[in-house]
Amino acid sequence: MSGLFKFNNGVFIASTGNAVGKKEHEGPLGSLFDIYSEDDRFGMDTWEHAEGESQKISLNMAMKKGNIRDSDIDLVFSGDLINQCTPSYLGLSGINVSKIGIYGACSTAALGMGLCGVMIDSGFCQKCAAVTSSHNLSAERQFRYPIEYGGLQTPTSQWTVTASAAYILQGGEGMARISEFLIGKVADGGVTDANNMGAAMAVAAFDTLWRYFEESGKKPGDFDKIITGDLGEQGYEILLELFSRHNVNLAPYLTDCGLLIYDRKEQKTNAGGSGCGCSAAVMSAHFLKEIEKGSLNNILFLGTGALLSQMSVAQGDSIPGIAHLVRIEGKK
Amino acid sequence: MKIEKKKYVQYTKDRSPKSNCFSDSVRAFWVGGSVCFIAQCFQDLYKLTDMKDETVKTLVPVTMIFIAIVLTGIGVFDNIASFGKAGVLVPITGFANAVVAPAIDTKAEGYVSGVGSKIFSIAGPVILFGVLSSAAYGVIYYLVTAVMK
Repeated sequence: MSGLFKFNNGVFIASTGNAVGKKEHEGPLGSLFDIYSEDDRFGMDTWEHAEGESQKISLNMAMKKGNIRDSDIDLVFSGDLINQCTPSYLGLSGINVSKIGIYGACSTAALGMGLCGVMIDSGFCQKCAAVTSSHNLSAERQFRYPIEYGGLQTPTSQWTVTASAAYILQGGEGMARISEFLIGKVADGGVTDANNMGAAMAVAAFDTLWRYFEESGKKPGDFDKIITGDLGEQGYEILLELFSRHNVNLAPYLTDCGLLIYDRKEQKTNAGGSGCGCSAAVMSAHFLKEIEKGSLNNILFLGTGALLSQMSVAQGDSIPGIAHLVRIEGKK
Repeated sequence: MKIEKKKYVQYTKDRSPKSNCFSDSVRAFWVGGSVCFIAQCFQDLYKLTDMKDETVKTLVPVTMIFIAIVLTGIGVFDNIASFGKAGVLVPITGFANAVVAPAIDTKAEGYVSGVGSKIFSIAGPVILFGVLSSAAYGVIYYLVTAVMK
């Protein structure tokens, strides 16, 4: 089975909303985001609740922008990085919708969009939403060290983004069209360093992208941009190198959400941003606006996730990656 | 696509930028030295009082621990550590930070199951192996002194 889904009946993004933390607001894309929290708490007591609240805020924002009520939404796919997708359930528990929790690490936004597309294109749902979040401090607590601990980070490590984004998808019409969806395969390059997730994810990004070009018969040049989220500096460069070894020059088209969200030197984020909220929010606030404006018309959105847990790292397992791809088109 | 894991891992290691060991060491040296200088100042200050030498020796680390804890509590210590690196992590200030940071972190999970069970999540190994090695040292010391007699 090829795994490439073509949505022939028309799947569209009706509206999108996003919310970010302070550091993201201070970054180069800061002014593009809908809402930001000055203290990263989004008015809540714990970081996990804050993350859940950010999901609620972005979904409410998307509903408001699209003039859509929660009763109009048939199904929500929501995901984050925290154990058992707790923030996804905490945050959306007050909204009256059917819900499926998904985990794809940083690939969650693309995965959620693709799954919404499957539900809509097949005719089972009219409107679906994909909601994604990550929070620097809840992730820090779970995956690394206590927040105030002075542990040091290496130059290849990535900074988990505090951000959330929601997309509401429907049939018929919308701001952008989702035309294809390729579900990724788990790819393991043998990397065990949890501070070099970009290297772990790059092999998965290569695998999915290569398969997409093979199965669709398209070339990188057929697209305005190929947007990965979030490989960071290491993963971005490795992906270019892997393609160039196969005589394909990806450099003119490839861009990475993790490299765009922060000023890496000024904001001291080492290899760049990561966390599933990063690509979700950058796509929502930046690239979809470009598509609406018409400056971008045909893009590939490749969500890349590093599949690690505290347990797998502690037991010395290598970190497999996974990458899911959606093709997003403008109205032209 | 087949990737040779060994080659790939080596390739990713070779291309990764490394922390600059020399400049980090220089920085840790002078920051660590400054921490010791501050401790020395407290010691000299305490000696001006009529406290016993033993008390002063206890009070100096207590003071340094207190400062590190306050700095951790107000969210400054991790910033100092990212600048001063091992210079503040290796002295007793780092140990204090390693105990207090998880305590602050787990407050939301309750004082017993949260703070109580997680407070030594980072410092625990230091305490365990510190106690074990001091016990081993005690046994060796006992045997050596017994033979010497």
